[in-house]
Amino acid sequence: MTASAERDATTGNEALNGAEVLLRVLDEQGVEVVFGYPGGAVLPIYDALFKQDRIRHILVRHEQAAVHAAEAYARSTGKVGVVLVTSGPGATNAVTGLVDALMDSIPLVCLTGQVPTKLIGNDAFQEADTTGITRPATKHNYLVRTPGALAQTVREAFEVARSGRPGPVLVDLPKDITVGQAPLTAPAMSRLKRFRRQGGPDAEAIARTVQAMKTAKRPLFYTGGGIINSGPEASELLRRLARKTGFPVTSTLMGLGAFPSPDPQFLGMLGMHGSVEANMATHGCDLLIALGARFDDRVTGRVDAFSPNSFKVHADIDPSQINKIIRVDVRLEGDVRDTLQALLDAWDDTPAPDLSTWWNQIASWRSVDGFGFTQDMTPSAVIRPQHAVRRLYEMAMETGRDTFVSTEVGQHQMWAAQHFQFAKPNRWLTSGGLGTMGYGLPAAVGAQVAHPDALVIDIAGEASTLMNIQELGTIAQYRLPVKIFILNNQYMGMVRQWQELLHGSRYSQSYSEALPDFVKLAEAFQATGMRATCVGELDDVIRRMLEHDGPVIADICVAENENCYPMIPSGAAHNQMLLGPDQDSAAAGLTEEGMMLV
Amino acid sequence: MTETIQNSVISVLIENESGALARVVGLFSGRGYNIESLTVALVDAERSLSRITVLTSGTPQVIEQIKAQLKRLIPVHAVCDLTEEGPYVGRELALVKVVSRGESRTEGLRIADSFRARPVDTTATSFVFELTGSPSKIDAFIELMRPLGLAEVSRTGIAAIGRGPSVFHVNEEHV
Repeated sequence: MTASAERDATTGNEALNGAEVLLRVLDEQGVEVVFGYPGGAVLPIYDALFKQDRIRHILVRHEQAAVHAAEAYARSTGKVGVVLVTSGPGATNAVTGLVDALMDSIPLVCLTGQVPTKLIGNDAFQEADTTGITRPATKHNYLVRTPGALAQTVREAFEVARSGRPGPVLVDLPKDITVGQAPLTAPAMSRLKRFRRQGGPDAEAIARTVQAMKTAKRPLFYTGGGIINSGPEASELLRRLARKTGFPVTSTLMGLGAFPSPDPQFLGMLGMHGSVEANMATHGCDLLIALGARFDDRVTGRVDAFSPNSFKVHADIDPSQINKIIRVDVRLEGDVRDTLQALLDAWDDTPAPDLSTWWNQIASWRSVDGFGFTQDMTPSAVIRPQHAVRRLYEMAMETGRDTFVSTEVGQHQMWAAQHFQFAKPNRWLTSGGLGTMGYGLPAAVGAQVAHPDALVIDIAGEASTLMNIQELGTIAQYRLPVKIFILNNQYMGMVRQWQELLHGSRYSQSYSEALPDFVKLAEAFQATGMRATCVGELDDVIRRMLEHDGPVIADICVAENENCYPMIPSGAAHNQMLLGPDQDSAAAGLTEEGMMLV
Repeated sequence: MTETIQNSVISVLIENESGALARVVGLFSGRGYNIESLTVALVDAERSLSRITVLTSGTPQVIEQIKAQLKRLIPVHAVCDLTEEGPYVGRELALVKVVSRGESRTEGLRIADSFRARPVDTTATSFVFELTGSPSKIDAFIELMRPLGLAEVSRTGIAAIGRGPSVFHVNEEHV
């Protein structure tokens, strides 16, 4: 940080303007990277950035992308992601990303420029009521009104973002605050003490949980993104608890990677496009222990038919999540890492109970192989998207590289969740709660910036990826070797699937008309384009993509009418899954007789 | 689980800062909770705390959610469900304008007297009555005034406080 030579006449302290104070505080908070886009109201901050070299700025091509990149940076590192955008349209463009981070509990600090305080409320150029607009889009937001409040407000923003259930925090910075002199006040006592939980998990609730665990015949851990947010240690404790107890584990979309997906104790993802065994086990279990998961409607299906016969325990850091959707028998408030540790301590050396009947039942569901598919291996055959993801996974693993996967939103996202396996947390970057098309490409940017030597793949759909395709410019500028793996079925696939199943195959506006030539598009942005049009070309394209040391768009032309199965239709129960044409529903035990088992 | 809709009076101690009320109101509208009435005023200037009294309704699960969601708001220091905590006093103030002459005017004045409503403004053709009490008392007064020239009503919504010596306050350490 370059020090200003000027000194304040009265205090003798170094005279800093607000922008410099801001950067000092970011540095103090451990910020290394900021994703942003300049504009009039943030010019003083950009000027201060220009004069220092401790904080790196990544110039995106659209403010929404800055937020998604910061989300992926945060999700893949465990740090707070930082965004810097201008007033008015800069702030409004960021809103989608902020809501995305709010829904998925991603810690962010978003710094927005604002018109000078004297002009606020005058409909000034590029003025928007940013704090008003983003109040329901953030965990909390601030408008800095005086220079003296600047440093402490930014510090508090970081504390709010990372503490408790993490989330996005916005700080609106009027231009006069960043231009004028401001004091670099010393860190003050936090006024957020009341949000800190005193003591560990409730001992009685832990005891009741462990008692239920010892007597359960059909137990199940249902884990979510909270385990990832709690840090790698929570994932490790989950693994130990699962080993000690021998219980099966299912995970939400957001929790993938907390428990190794290739592990035999892992049943796969549950919910609308979850595995047969995960959903049937959720329906049939007699003890359901939710750990850092929030009973989203894509998980529960019909609420009054959700896991109807189980004793339910819910561990969450956010008390408002407990009993929000599903009434539970035991509430375990607190950081899931502490809860897992307490459960492990209370379980102690109890031998794993005999769950062979339960595991046999699970094995019979598993034998349905709900994600199974048959790929015609004739070289000229059409590529099935599931096959493309599975080959991508297998070949990526062969590289032995640390691999991060982002996705857009839709069918390809579900196939990625079903067929790409994760052995470690923080490697899976997807928009779960908000379901934001266009998330994956900027997320790949954020992950690659955080992990320059890792393999970063955006598993994309051709429709979603076009929503933030301008980020190819960012990828080119920073030479980020991101691999964009497009499952191109020329449809908004999930929309098309619902139209087929629920709207009489009337494909209203879901055909991707007039698509660009993705190979030429890649070349226009100094990336490498490649295409696979049949199964005989697939492996070669994946191999070349993985070997290439620069950015690649791989246009994988896949079957146009493939549907994503299993599927729990909206409003149906877990035992009312639709299976695909590759599965035999009768063999799945999804008949009435099979239902009797659970 | 019971699905009965219940009324709840919830008191909130919140930092007296810009946008704080908007956060509370936005929470209710954004999540589809009811606000039957809401009052807010600064109650502790030294610590800059305002007290919001909100009369809401919902199933027990919704009421529990409302309280939990309020507690998540950063400026909120404490939340108390007066309905659940025990007996409380809830009072509302109303200003009621009645425009009338002759027999109606006399009758209005007589009813006001029995409700202990005080005329705070009087002209030859109008009264403004000031009345405090429970919302149902005020409802009853307004209904009686309707045929007697009721012209305008302004109500505060209820302010409420628990009965007895126990006190709803914020933890000193946490201010």
